[in-house]
Amino acid sequence: MQPINPSDIQARIDALKEQELYIHLEMTTGAYAAHFDSSKHPGSIFITNTTVKFSHGSISGSGPYRIGLKMEQGWIYAEGLTYYEEQEKERLIMAGHDSQGKLIVAFQLSKTPF
Amino acid sequence: MESHILVVLPHPDDEAFVAAGTLAMHIEQGVKVTYACLTLGEMGRNMGIPPFANRVTLADIRKEELEASCRAIGIQDLRMLGFHDKMIEFEDKQLLDRSIAALVEELQPSLVITFYPGYSVHPDHDACGAAVIRVIEKLPPDKRPVVHCIAFSRDHEREIGQPDVIIDITKYLKQKVASIQSHRSQFQAAELMGSNSLSDQEMQARYGTERFWTYRFN
Repeated sequence: MQPINPSDIQARIDALKEQELYIHLEMTTGAYAAHFDSSKHPGSIFITNTTVKFSHGSISGSGPYRIGLKMEQGWIYAEGLTYYEEQEKERLIMAGHDSQGKLIVAFQLSKTPF
Repeated sequence: MESHILVVLPHPDDEAFVAAGTLAMHIEQGVKVTYACLTLGEMGRNMGIPPFANRVTLADIRKEELEASCRAIGIQDLRMLGFHDKMIEFEDKQLLDRSIAALVEELQPSLVITFYPGYSVHPDHDACGAAVIRVIEKLPPDKRPVVHCIAFSRDHEREIGQPDVIIDITKYLKQKVASIQSHRSQFQAAELMGSNSLSDQEMQARYGTERFWTYRFN
């Protein structure tokens, strides 16, 4: 994984427009959040391998970055992204990691299921 | 001496922290150990610093780490059951129980090690332990293997008391540390290993004992 290069991400988002894509979208504080600190409220969500199609999308911010994808009837949004997989040519694989390296958010698009 | 130990835990690295020394001890005495690991830990949050893994590559990385950990401990038989990380509590119970029951039937273990349902913090841990208890409970009382549970939730000692099985694994710290270090993508977790350069004494204080609760079936 490499730190996000916004212009490279924008080009990848543009290349994925207007087609059926599989999405993995996830955000998590970790299952141990409240175990280590009882003042913390554990929360996690993920949705994986459902299909979406967007007409317009962009990356925003100065890092950590935000992404918004406009669909026919709604939006997909992710905040806190810091890294992406530069080697991946077909898929867009992005994640946000905290200062300890732990994954906070994952945002992935692919023409084939994950 | 045990004839065969079946370990049922949901995540690669669960074995390292809770049972590696105990298992290394039994294995040195000639006991066969089968480790049934329910998932590949593919939803884990630790990915290296800077991250060398992502949601796509993590499963394969953790599979290799699990195999390395088993080699470090000496576990002869590793079964990866292929369930989805974080989803154990939502999995079809019949499917989950059937796969565990098949192992119990095949291996006829004298001892089963798993998490104590309700007292093991992570929902996968609790659901894994609950499945094992459901399976063993269905056996006639005289056919049931002993079940040693691992518990570490905040309230566990208030509810279930002190552990009745306390194993000094000082002689097997080398295997235990090697097992923990096998889990490279997880190992950097500061809350688990501190500075990564603990003295022998600190290692012994932190990891020299493994604790289990013998499950009491009604």
